[in-house]
Amino acid sequence: MSAVTVYVPRDSAALAVGADAVAAALQAECARRGIALNLARNGSRGLFWLETLVEVATPQGRVAYGPVEADDIPALLDAGLLTGHPHALCHGLTEQIPYLAKQERLTFARMGITDPLSIADYEAHEGYAGLRAALALKPEAVVQQVLDSGLRGRGGAAFPTGIKWKTVAAAQAAQKYIVCNADEGDSGTFSDRMTMEGDPFMLIEGMTIAALAVGATRGYVYIRSEYPDAVATMSEAIARATAAGFLGDDVLGSGRAFHLQVRKAAGAYVCGEETAMLESLEGKRGIVRAKPPLPAIEGLFGQPTVINNVISFASVPLILARGAAFYRDYGVGRSRGTLPMQLAGNIKHGGLVEKAFGVTLRELMFDFGGGSATGRPIKTAQVGGPLGTYLPESQWDLPMDYEAYAAVGAVVGHGGIVVHDDTADLSKLARYAMEFCAIESCGKCTPCRIGSTRGVEVIDKIIAPPSPKTNKPQQVQLLRDLCDTMVNGSLCAMGGMTPYPVLSALNHFPQDFGLATPDREAA
Amino acid sequence: MNSTPASVTEAVLARHVGEPGALLPILHEVQDTLGHIPREIVPQIAEGLNLSRAEVHGVVTYYHHFRADAPGRHVIQVCRAEACQAMGSDALMAHAEHTLGCHTHGGHGSTSADGRYTLNPVYCLGLCASSPAVVIDDKLHARMTPDKFDQLVNTLGDDA
Repeated sequence: MSAVTVYVPRDSAALAVGADAVAAALQAECARRGIALNLARNGSRGLFWLETLVEVATPQGRVAYGPVEADDIPALLDAGLLTGHPHALCHGLTEQIPYLAKQERLTFARMGITDPLSIADYEAHEGYAGLRAALALKPEAVVQQVLDSGLRGRGGAAFPTGIKWKTVAAAQAAQKYIVCNADEGDSGTFSDRMTMEGDPFMLIEGMTIAALAVGATRGYVYIRSEYPDAVATMSEAIARATAAGFLGDDVLGSGRAFHLQVRKAAGAYVCGEETAMLESLEGKRGIVRAKPPLPAIEGLFGQPTVINNVISFASVPLILARGAAFYRDYGVGRSRGTLPMQLAGNIKHGGLVEKAFGVTLRELMFDFGGGSATGRPIKTAQVGGPLGTYLPESQWDLPMDYEAYAAVGAVVGHGGIVVHDDTADLSKLARYAMEFCAIESCGKCTPCRIGSTRGVEVIDKIIAPPSPKTNKPQQVQLLRDLCDTMVNGSLCAMGGMTPYPVLSALNHFPQDFGLATPDREAA
Repeated sequence: MNSTPASVTEAVLARHVGEPGALLPILHEVQDTLGHIPREIVPQIAEGLNLSRAEVHGVVTYYHHFRADAPGRHVIQVCRAEACQAMGSDALMAHAEHTLGCHTHGGHGSTSADGRYTLNPVYCLGLCASSPAVVIDDKLHARMTPDKFDQLVNTLGDDA
């Protein structure tokens, strides 16, 4: 009998629940039984409640078992794991698990299927088709494809990617740069991490296409230090791509050069802001720069620089391979394509859900997420990271779409969704938003640096037990005034958007602040 | 090998000669080797990069990841961000503080009196669908509970 291929993920979310121990147990038990095993370490499918998700290759397709612990291996082998036989942990064919089957995986099409560090595997699954297509086009035609696709920045700001590229392409300079912002600091997000750990060549390919399109020869991937596995996998993938001629002095024999390297961040949330990131890459404190000049004109080391998020770059290879229209045909309104959304926090089935724009929060939390992990009613979800708003149930049926969210003062951001059950105290979460801003503020502008600390103090006064000395309505008004100053007076989104979670908590959940009736200014 | 902080720093600086914006990679390498960035090597790094001591000191103290003092023998990080809060990380942090004899405040951690543990808050490890998450001596652990936490801490040796 030839060796059976069994997949055990190497994504850090799988490693954090014991995937290495599962792999070791599988190898040891198969060796003991004299069974030939071909152990493959894939990325994660993104069904994190099932991790460690073990898959077995069968003639019908891959069969999934999960969540598997190392101790389960002998019983699973007895039950016929290697032939895909039933067991309490068996979920049938992976592709038919509803959570996966209902998704529209474009960017995450290879995720969990391929060996992340195999270029051959990548190419066998449509990898590098986009770069080859781009090499056959003039640079301005490549930029046009990205423009026509409608792709907007997936980091959160949703600026049209093609316009950014066009600006850098038109700038005259001896040296231009491509910088990938992989400082994914938003709580509730992990799509960048998964991409770098599970399909790193896709990011490299997207950045290479950007380099060819705008005439850049050097690039950096700025990865947060909290992601050591992503740093290691990206570095190894870059080394392999360089050795195979996909990076370096002569990309695929085109005569064009593109050199790429990883830079490790050092634990400052604000370095996810693009100008603070540039300062950090230049070896300085990550302090926000005033704009203009735009980084597209004067960016890294003062040179024209394309800065995009991981998912923005990762979306590009498919756009070039299949054409702008293919990508643009997904989505709604001015939000084109798909968004890899991340279901996190108190959710039964947390994980990665890539869908076209237009899906609702209710569908995501219940049809995909299966409700809360604790089984209690869901109270709210914060969408878009620590600077996103808390959405009450009345907003759960909005289509996930940049404009529809903006219309109610909410943000889609990087697609992170943190679910809270009915035990959550929104006044505590509002206070935390201010506290987090105080911890992470770069300190350059006053509204953010000082406003955040004052914000914590004012919220403390609002939620303190009533006393004759505190005038609650006055403190609430003070908080609103402070938020107004922060929104309008801060240099970047750190101070400018910290009021979003605070005010949404206050407006939609006044009872958590000890306010009997909805505040009259509530939206 | 007889390596001193100065000799380690010299070797790290030599590896990055002429590299633009190399201060962060240099500090990472020094800390990875020595466990921290001793104050006495700040002038050496400044001179090597033609920066002022204030600039190097400013960078070391700005970033949460860099530390000027040696940590405890075991470094434990507990995620405090929203997704982990939704799954009880506040209680887990309180448990960790009590168990390890460390106290955290806002973004700051501390080392236990016996120098055995350093406990730091961390703001998101990207394991938000498997909350709460912790890091113990560079190893990630998700779906953490106080019981599991105690088991993991109890298996730590006395030497990191």
